[in-house]
Amino acid sequence: MTTLPLTHAAPPGAPRSAAHASYLDTETTLRSWLLTTDHKRIGVLYLGTLLATMALGGFFAMAIRLEHLTPDPTVMSAMTYNRMFTLHGVIMVWLFLIPSIPSAFGNFMLPMMLGAKDVAFPRLNLLSWYVFIVGAVLVLLSTFVGGIDTGWTFYPPYSALSPTAVPLALLGVFIVGFSTILTGLNFIVTTHTMRAEGVGWMQMPLFVWSIYATSIIQVLATPVLGMVLLFVVVDNALGWGLFDPSRGGDPVLYQHLFWFYSHPAVYIMVLPGMGVVSEVVATYARKNPYSYKAIAYSSLGIAFVGFLTWGHHMFVAGMSTFDAGAFGVLSMLVAVFSAIKVFNWTWTLKRGAIALKTPLLYIFAFLFLFVFGGMTGVATAAMSLDVHWHDTYFIVAHFHFIMVGGTLTAFLAGLHYWFPKMTGRLYPERLGMLSAALVFAGFFVTFFPQFLLGNAGMPRRYFNYPAEFQVLHVVSTVGSWVLAVGLMSTAIYFLWSLRWGPEAGPNPWGSRSFEWRTASPPPKHNFTRTPPFEIGPYDYTQPLPDEAP
Amino acid sequence: METLRMILALPRGGSTIADSIDLLHGFVIGVTMLMSTYVFATAAWFTIRYHRKRDDQLTERVTATRRGEAFIIAGILGTFLLWWVIGFRQYVDVRDPPSDADIVYVDAKQWMWKFAYADGRVSNDVLTVPLGRPIKLVMISRDVIHSFYVPGFRVKQDVLPGRYTTLWFEAKEAGTYPIWCAEYCGVSHSAMRGEVRVLEADEYARWKRAGDAKLAGAPPCRLPGACGEGNLVAEGRAVAERRQCVACHTLDGQKHIGPTWARLYGSEVTLEDGRRVVADDAYLTRSMMEPNADVVAGYRQMMPSYRGALSAGEVAALVELIRSLRDAPAPPSGIALPRLDVTAVKEGGAPP
Repeated sequence: MTTLPLTHAAPPGAPRSAAHASYLDTETTLRSWLLTTDHKRIGVLYLGTLLATMALGGFFAMAIRLEHLTPDPTVMSAMTYNRMFTLHGVIMVWLFLIPSIPSAFGNFMLPMMLGAKDVAFPRLNLLSWYVFIVGAVLVLLSTFVGGIDTGWTFYPPYSALSPTAVPLALLGVFIVGFSTILTGLNFIVTTHTMRAEGVGWMQMPLFVWSIYATSIIQVLATPVLGMVLLFVVVDNALGWGLFDPSRGGDPVLYQHLFWFYSHPAVYIMVLPGMGVVSEVVATYARKNPYSYKAIAYSSLGIAFVGFLTWGHHMFVAGMSTFDAGAFGVLSMLVAVFSAIKVFNWTWTLKRGAIALKTPLLYIFAFLFLFVFGGMTGVATAAMSLDVHWHDTYFIVAHFHFIMVGGTLTAFLAGLHYWFPKMTGRLYPERLGMLSAALVFAGFFVTFFPQFLLGNAGMPRRYFNYPAEFQVLHVVSTVGSWVLAVGLMSTAIYFLWSLRWGPEAGPNPWGSRSFEWRTASPPPKHNFTRTPPFEIGPYDYTQPLPDEAP
Repeated sequence: METLRMILALPRGGSTIADSIDLLHGFVIGVTMLMSTYVFATAAWFTIRYHRKRDDQLTERVTATRRGEAFIIAGILGTFLLWWVIGFRQYVDVRDPPSDADIVYVDAKQWMWKFAYADGRVSNDVLTVPLGRPIKLVMISRDVIHSFYVPGFRVKQDVLPGRYTTLWFEAKEAGTYPIWCAEYCGVSHSAMRGEVRVLEADEYARWKRAGDAKLAGAPPCRLPGACGEGNLVAEGRAVAERRQCVACHTLDGQKHIGPTWARLYGSEVTLEDGRRVVADDAYLTRSMMEPNADVVAGYRQMMPSYRGALSAGEVAALVELIRSLRDAPAPPSGIALPRLDVTAVKEGGAPP
């Protein structure tokens, strides 16, 4: 069933009425924000929250890099270091990367991309934000009552024995999981039931497909994480010994359950980023995707096969050789879906009309870093190599290439791409390009040396390290400073643009995607007239009837 | 081969399997760099070639052909599967010890490696093996998960509590190779290091007869007075570092995993069961040999026994070192390790 959730319709091409106040202006009290059920405002609430958690996680990252300037203790003790890398991981994974693109941009854009007035369950949507806040506060509280030193993977029996505030942090993550499930459920139902007339499954912007696939993983996998984390909580707090061999438990069972969620979680983090790439490439190339179906279906392929690859985190954990081999092959398969996407994005550019703007520059960084990061992932699925690389800096570099080089880069691309839509203002383009270049260079200098460190055998989560690794560590730390400067300048010009940026107009990039066919910032109910959806989101063969306002 | 290792920053390949693994490594990483550069360069070329000329420029619809898509997918999948076939065969080799391998038992605990050889010999943190013989390690952990990792051999295996895991290698070059714990195991994870000492056959035979003392490369001052200017306190420091005592005991009065050695000698110590004893030579020696007999109140029973691992000379040097610290100054104020409550956790795991 499709609905047409428009407050009132006007004939296509009619001039916009200035009487329609934007979603930012209808009510401006704090109360109206905290009790809002508008998906756009909830998206903005999430965006603000997530930028704050990202800054906090980034602070811990900088502290870790600073500590590694010398092989011996530099600025902190071993225990502090262990808490830092744990918090960095926990915050970045659960409080930033997993909710980042779906909860911020997904909330804001997905209903608009379907021509809908809101998500299917607006109040549930607001609840998910409050649940997220409660979970995040618990995680952060744990820092003040002893921190947590287990690493973000919480492997027992260490996590069951650790004297730090493990139960509190795990309960926090457990609660955040509910927020993820609520959001995922909301998006699935919205996509099925709220599409406007003329928006069939094959007319949806590709970002919707990626969010849809992500939501399926969130709804199916997160309960497993919740369960396994509760098991660790009772092990640690009540001494149940579910994973403690001295009481008949099995620590490897934990790893299977944990990765059953946490490997698909990688796709929860990166699939939405892939959706952003599809949008940005098409808009700036003014071109239809090379193969819409290949990109859409590969999202579903990743979501499905992604559930069958968790064992590749455990090649040296004590698993049968046959099982390990099977997980190796399946991991190769899931990479093929990503490769299909990469080729499609690249060939979308061919015979387009390309304007190189900041978001597209971020996408180019994404292409290079994601291919490199992804293929080093395939390399670790060539199993003998993983025996050497497992739990070394090679793995650290690999997943940072995917998480930062992939997801964060796509997040920044999305932030630049949709900033005019969300705020109605433009950011300074040249500063944007410069910062993008800084972010890319800083990232590369930070993490490329870590591949070499891993090759040389440097294990991860080492407070002190042998002196022969110092040169590469120093290069990596200097790179992290460049990255930080790039991100901070980005933050500064965005804040500046909020107030002083030039007016963007409804469609500054000339995109055909549905969210651009209304005012910026959009009115409270998204569209003030029937959007002319007979022209598809990627149709650049004819001018938009209302393109010139 | 050596050039490849230098480019990839790999350590020297000291085991029989290292060469083939490194070749696959070079192949895989080479293709990876080529592909990512190719994608980036293609995108850049299209951007230049098809740059936008007018703001409202229109483009024609271009879509993939089925044959093109199938070709790309088959090519990628074929490459990946080729890597997997090679990698999996090597993985099976790495995991499957030859049936005639010599066995060494490995006991891992926070934060040390203990090795027990078939002839009853034991050692801490140093694994001595002969060149050119396959060695199979049968490993178990006393506490949490550790991971036995020798980068120079390209081998790694998690060491689990409550279950034996195995790992094998055959060294093909004499020398020493670092062992690192690769699975995060607590506050001193990065200090859980050791080394594999690979000896030529004749030297290995000598080591089996006489132990460390007769080895050419062994530290010279193992017995007190063996070296002319032998300073027993300095020797004690060397022993404390070599045997990783300092991973748990501090020399400057700061609280750590085990009691500090500063101002310990001659002081009265309260034990776990309430007894009070004076920390004299006998007490210190007994604590090295039977650490769980007299556990100091507030500390965990976690120290391994050093019986048979420390020579009499080393014990004497350690006691002398501790004695020299009896009037050590008070710990530096303000710079204390963060509150570390492992000390308060009793065996059994429930926090207080």
